[in-house]
Amino acid sequence: MFKLQKKETIDQSSLYTVPLIAIGCSLIFVFILFLLIGKNPVLAIFIIFVEPLLSIFGLSELIVKATPLIIIALGLSIGFRAGVWNIGAEGQFTIGALFGGAAILVFYPTSGIWILPLSFFIAIIGGILWGMIPAFFKARFNTNEILVSLMLTYVATLFLSGMVYGPLKNPDGFNFPESRLFHDSGTLPIIFPGTRAHIGFLMALLLAGLMYYLLKRHKFGFHVKVSGESLRALVFSGKSTNYMVYLSFIISGAFAGLAGVIEVSGPVGQLVPAIPVGYGFTAIIVAFLGRLNPLGICFAGLLLALTYIGGEAAQIKLGLPNAITGVFQGVLLFSLLAAEAFTNYKVTLKKMRRNF
Amino acid sequence: MDLFIAIFQGIIIASTPLVLAAIGELVVEKSGVLNLGVEGMMIIGAVTSFIVTYETGSHFLGLIAAVISAGLVASLFGLLTQYLLSNQVATGLALTLFGLGLASLIGQTYSGISLDAFPVFDVYLLTEIPIIGSLLFNFDYLIYLSIIIVVSVYYFLNKTKLGLVLTAIGDSHDSAHSLGYSVKMVRLFAIIFGGSCAGLGGAYLSLVQTPMWVENMTAGRGWIALAIVVFAVWRPLWILVGAYIFGGITIIQLHVQALGVNIGAQYMSMMPYLVTIVVLVFISVNKNRLAVNAPNCLNKLFTSDL
Repeated sequence: MFKLQKKETIDQSSLYTVPLIAIGCSLIFVFILFLLIGKNPVLAIFIIFVEPLLSIFGLSELIVKATPLIIIALGLSIGFRAGVWNIGAEGQFTIGALFGGAAILVFYPTSGIWILPLSFFIAIIGGILWGMIPAFFKARFNTNEILVSLMLTYVATLFLSGMVYGPLKNPDGFNFPESRLFHDSGTLPIIFPGTRAHIGFLMALLLAGLMYYLLKRHKFGFHVKVSGESLRALVFSGKSTNYMVYLSFIISGAFAGLAGVIEVSGPVGQLVPAIPVGYGFTAIIVAFLGRLNPLGICFAGLLLALTYIGGEAAQIKLGLPNAITGVFQGVLLFSLLAAEAFTNYKVTLKKMRRNF
Repeated sequence: MDLFIAIFQGIIIASTPLVLAAIGELVVEKSGVLNLGVEGMMIIGAVTSFIVTYETGSHFLGLIAAVISAGLVASLFGLLTQYLLSNQVATGLALTLFGLGLASLIGQTYSGISLDAFPVFDVYLLTEIPIIGSLLFNFDYLIYLSIIIVVSVYYFLNKTKLGLVLTAIGDSHDSAHSLGYSVKMVRLFAIIFGGSCAGLGGAYLSLVQTPMWVENMTAGRGWIALAIVVFAVWRPLWILVGAYIFGGITIIQLHVQALGVNIGAQYMSMMPYLVTIVVLVFISVNKNRLAVNAPNCLNKLFTSDL
């Protein structure tokens, strides 16, 4: 049998090779899958992964889908580095969308440049509050943060739906479960006229830059790193163990809330029950594929955005179900985790021992 | 009385998938592994059992398909976490995402078709007893099977050598390894057992509870099963208590909605999730009980060689 031994130093090149190997393995898997269900694999892969990049429309949609993925993943990466598992970013995203959207709707006909910043602020507060619930229980009673943050996702989705069916329903909307369309003061400016690409993408890139600086050059980055290595070491460096729990959930909640309000004031333009579409879960893959590194997360966000757009294209052109996106994403995360083993550990063959 | 019987039967039927998925996960966690992919394994079980039952007309073959397919995807999780030492939390999430996607893909053409009702396990004359007959003997055989599995797991973990070895591995994999037990093998088998149970739970959804295939029909039950394991503080018989309480909340919430209580349907539907959170917090407050029963090595990496 083989044996894994922890490497003393991790090869720097693995930062690029592991994600690339994982992407390659996943492509091979979907190739075989297409063969099995009787579709032309070369054509299908072309339609999903290449064609969207060949048109202005495809590229602008790529930016639109990548924006929430990158922002949420940046927030999650802090917690994941520190070993704090926020699985409920989807819920914090939904609450951000709801709070921010409600703020825009409250000032409905009033116009003013202050409306968007105010709604962003309220959305971020909403995301933080929603994230603080699992953080508080984790810090106070050591309650499992994975399960609590996940249950709150279901609660958030139902809460959004309850509000859209109730107080936030469009009064002139013939009883449809949707809010008013946001007016111009509540809508993000478009970067490229004629597309849906909005300035939220620039904010995502800015945040990635900021995060890169914080992790590399600031004491904050040191605490995050130490906490990931060992909680005891963090205590010796002068911080309580709950410091990282709260900090991780505040940052990831704030980022997810921000992504939520960007989504509603950008491409969606109103509140509807179907705002949560799984970005919060996909962002977990983005964070891992990007090696928890801000720059890597930007690339990973664009790639996973491509799987959404390509999945939609394959649905229209090849009659494939949308679920192919989910399958690819799952396989990608599997391959990534498997490929990691070969960079963190040295694999050596050895003889089987007899006595077990 | 009829309403009471209807509610009682509804609760038992709503709880059984939770019982099956949770008892499987309990064995996995007792061996020291946290598999967050319960939702993914359940949905795989649901879709394969539906397809096989629809194509062959045999419920039994459908159940076998669920056990095998969910066991297979669980073994994928086992290979990654035990032999390639991947992170258990991330791998479990991958399993859920993969399972949900794959199930929608292969179930695409079966969406909306319904199956014949699952037969009631007719015990001669017993079903005819007034009230008690309807309360205890008017169910499909999977419900009795789920209880048998729970009791067997209790017996296995507490009274057999292999069960004690499994518990020991979950409490200290290094000591168990030093004694010569194969940590990875035992864990792999526990993971496959957990997967098969989750698959059976999924099959119960698509064959018995609502005999049709609907995309994402597990709707978070896999996650609630994980919470039930914590609720039970890793004690097998308590899984029954936990699952029936959660099933009870779901059903009573539906009946309250049907009575026309003036609260939005969405707020009533939050109940099972909110109760889960409250229960998780209450359980975690009592540190002593957790310390005795919780597996010490849960979600910890075991790096010693084979």
